[in-house]
Amino acid sequence: MKRFQHLLGPEGCGTRAHFNRRTLLGAGAGLAWLTPLSQLLAASSEEKSNKGRPKSVIVLWMQGGPSQLETWDPHPGKMIGGDTKAIDTSVKGLKIADTMPHTAEVMHEMALLRCVTSKEGDHERATYNMQTGYRPDPTLIHPSIGAILCHELSAEGVEIPRHVSIFPSAFPSRGGFLGNQYDAFKMYDPTGPLPDLPRRVPEDRFEARLSDLDILESSFSKGRRFDLEQNKTLHRKTVDRATTMMTSDQIDAFNIDGVPTEVKEQFGDTPFGRGCLCATQLIETGVRCVQVTLSGWDTHANNHELQSARAGDLDAALSATIKHLKERDRLEDTIVLCGGEFGRTPKINPAAGRDHWPHGFSVALAGGGIRKGVFLGETDPEGEKITPETKHAVRVEDIHATIHSALGINIHKDYQTPIGRPMAICQGTPISKIVADA
Amino acid sequence: MWLKNIAFIALATVVLASLANWLLAPPKVEALDDPVVVVSDDFQTTKEAIDAQFREVWKSRELEPAPKADDLTIARRISLGLTGSIPSLEEIRLLENRPKEDRLAWWVNHLLEDRRYGDYMAERLSRAYVGTENGPFLIFRKRRFVTWLSDQLMANRPYNELTQDLIAESGLWTDHPAVNFITATVDQDGTKEPDVAMLAGRVTRAFLATRIDCVQCHDDNLGGDLKQTDFHELASFFREAQNSFVGIMDQKGKPYEYKYLHAEEETTVPAQVPFNQHLLEESGGTLRDRLAGWVTHPENKPFSRAIVNRVWAVMTGRPLVEPVDNIPLNGSFEKGNFPAGLDPLVDDFIAHNFDLKRLIRLIASTEAFQRDSRADHELTARHEQAWASYPVTRLRPEQIIGSINQASSLSTLNADSHVLTKLVTFGETNDFLKRYGDAGEDEFSMDGGTIPQRLLMMNGNLVTERTKNNFVRNAATRISQLSPNNETGVETAFLCVLTRRPTEKELEHFVNKLESDEVKSNRTQDFEDIYWALMNCTEFAWNH
Repeated sequence: MKRFQHLLGPEGCGTRAHFNRRTLLGAGAGLAWLTPLSQLLAASSEEKSNKGRPKSVIVLWMQGGPSQLETWDPHPGKMIGGDTKAIDTSVKGLKIADTMPHTAEVMHEMALLRCVTSKEGDHERATYNMQTGYRPDPTLIHPSIGAILCHELSAEGVEIPRHVSIFPSAFPSRGGFLGNQYDAFKMYDPTGPLPDLPRRVPEDRFEARLSDLDILESSFSKGRRFDLEQNKTLHRKTVDRATTMMTSDQIDAFNIDGVPTEVKEQFGDTPFGRGCLCATQLIETGVRCVQVTLSGWDTHANNHELQSARAGDLDAALSATIKHLKERDRLEDTIVLCGGEFGRTPKINPAAGRDHWPHGFSVALAGGGIRKGVFLGETDPEGEKITPETKHAVRVEDIHATIHSALGINIHKDYQTPIGRPMAICQGTPISKIVADA
Repeated sequence: MWLKNIAFIALATVVLASLANWLLAPPKVEALDDPVVVVSDDFQTTKEAIDAQFREVWKSRELEPAPKADDLTIARRISLGLTGSIPSLEEIRLLENRPKEDRLAWWVNHLLEDRRYGDYMAERLSRAYVGTENGPFLIFRKRRFVTWLSDQLMANRPYNELTQDLIAESGLWTDHPAVNFITATVDQDGTKEPDVAMLAGRVTRAFLATRIDCVQCHDDNLGGDLKQTDFHELASFFREAQNSFVGIMDQKGKPYEYKYLHAEEETTVPAQVPFNQHLLEESGGTLRDRLAGWVTHPENKPFSRAIVNRVWAVMTGRPLVEPVDNIPLNGSFEKGNFPAGLDPLVDDFIAHNFDLKRLIRLIASTEAFQRDSRADHELTARHEQAWASYPVTRLRPEQIIGSINQASSLSTLNADSHVLTKLVTFGETNDFLKRYGDAGEDEFSMDGGTIPQRLLMMNGNLVTERTKNNFVRNAATRISQLSPNNETGVETAFLCVLTRRPTEKELEHFVNKLESDEVKSNRTQDFEDIYWALMNCTEFAWNH
């Protein structure tokens, strides 16, 4: 099956990240098959320090623009507050909306930014801005967080795509100028087999088909550019990676059917909850970035009811994700980011809805390298716009700078874009108040 | 009762037999109405001027060019460039029946008369004009727009006139489809009016191959001399365009106010063009009419360069100047030092009244277009760069699906195809594009493929559906049943999918496969497997 394995070449890791499935299976001899992969990895992590492990990101993407006022930044009793009540959290002095009681219990693991501002009030442009740290630029497409992470970290031992999007939105995470091999692998509800993964014919027939392919590939390369495959088409490499993935045990991480019911229930019996549970499995398997989308936040009408329903889905899944990662010793090297395009207007419109509001909204972060139990800023109780000059105001690019530096990526590094223009990994400045070792 | 059953079975047998007879008959090879292949003297002169420029480059860079490709390879390129799919077996037979001398010229003409050309080229051009999104609800009618564009291309409307419509037309988006160029930018959440800045960006990129988007927010700080004022003064030509219940119209005297970077307050921005100011009519018509006149002025060469570069790119997968919508106005370009081929093509295009079909015929006739992508001597990236060998470029997703569908049919899939076939194809295309990933406006990216794309091709529904045992729809099954012997069967499959005959080694391998019992299978399955391999190889997914 690994007929083109030699083409993959060494990918230069050389880190302690090598305690992968292959090593473990080798060492564990005949009994290894008795133990699920994730448990093997967890057992391994007990033996080795998690320092130096490659880091990962889980992006919980709130598609449509969640209301800060019905989630992280309630203002009960004020004109802008609507019907939402505030509840205490595990962090002294911090209250969040009563729509998220489970999250309130884990706030001591999180950092909350409540004065995020951007200049983008359109869904597509704002998604681009939040996911790349750059505003849309017609001359090039910037890579998203996941693409940068995969570009910067080794692929050693990972036989499945390292950048995954669960329930991808209309504007999925892209590799941009780094190349479409860094685009997110799209998947949907993590139950049942992944589409296109099971081969359509018995194994011997599939093998024979691959042999047929070899003949055609060798004909095509004859007389053509000697570096055609290596520097241009990557066709055989992609075939090999796809067949490797088809036969890898790691694809189990894409499916949560075998997870005990009580664990699933913690995440909430929703597609988003299942997506978050799957994200934790993927991270444990070596995937570097998983984005899980929760749609339905675009509440131009009937705001309170719709926001509360979405917040309910988020509450269970987010709190369970953090607890689950912590229990399995993965929270220290996984950043969980929860945010959407923008917030929603302080003013409630005649349809009992709230419109787009990029002038002060909330983003929550947790895990690897992020300080715990801190919260910065709040939106104006009277509904005034937050400006970059407002105390604790945070720009979108600063969030990117914070994440990248927490992941150990050199944010001052420049990429060379295809049009010959140097481009910094991100433009912002790390938010020192929420970086753990700052 | 049993008599009734027998009668039913007999009737069903007769129906099935006649259906099978109709389906299994080899494709008809009919002489189509031959478009007359006329090559005028000045056509030949321009072609020679282009060829001379390329030869000069190869000589100066000491590059030995690849030999001329064979006719079928060139025909495949032309077909992919003009219709978005590979030639059918039926067309290959027609082509090979033509005398060798005019075979390729005839092929180009044949396709230029086929509706597939209009539809495909319209789709490709519309991406540059209005992007790929569905745009504002109701007031943007993308389908109407693309159909209108296709009609213009089929009628070979002079490209300057077509462009003038796009920029300056007024009226409803339904009965004046050109105005969709304007309505595509209408801001749905804010002003509900056309977005002048977006229009300025699109006009300059799509029609002038000039990127001035960067100076929208600040002066050029990357060495160029464009100012923020240049951008907004160009945008100001659209200030009078407004969206109303009678469609797009112009409201005379409507001002455009903008607050420049570091400015204290907004200023009224006049309408002015960023270069070749002397070509702008001082008065007459609306502001948009004046802009359209300036953009398409025969002396405003960036206009013709933009479309020549784009058509070259659509036909070959790679533009002469990269990126396709950025042909510098300064540096060596200012002195007329253009890449080989561009200048003679531009001059010919202007001299022949912005004739797109002639431009296409010219491009297809050039030596550069007809070079092979392989040679007996070593080929490198430098050869491709200078067109000394034909560049291997990735097919767009819609070319992939067009080719899968065509390869699975022995006859040509075109406007004459059965409505059911068209409907099925339409549904499958959308699903496939969604899964494969539409290239969007990022048309000429040189990226390799992705794992999901490979999985989709290896295990996805479409390839499975188009290769499995199906007498009615699938060429693989029909070849397995119709071919008189294994050699002919393998050759036919290669022609259908790769537009070439197998090499000796390939023929031997696949004939052995058909005769071997190593993997338990039947003949239909074997052909399904051969088709699977042909559709999954690099050669199928790339232009070469």
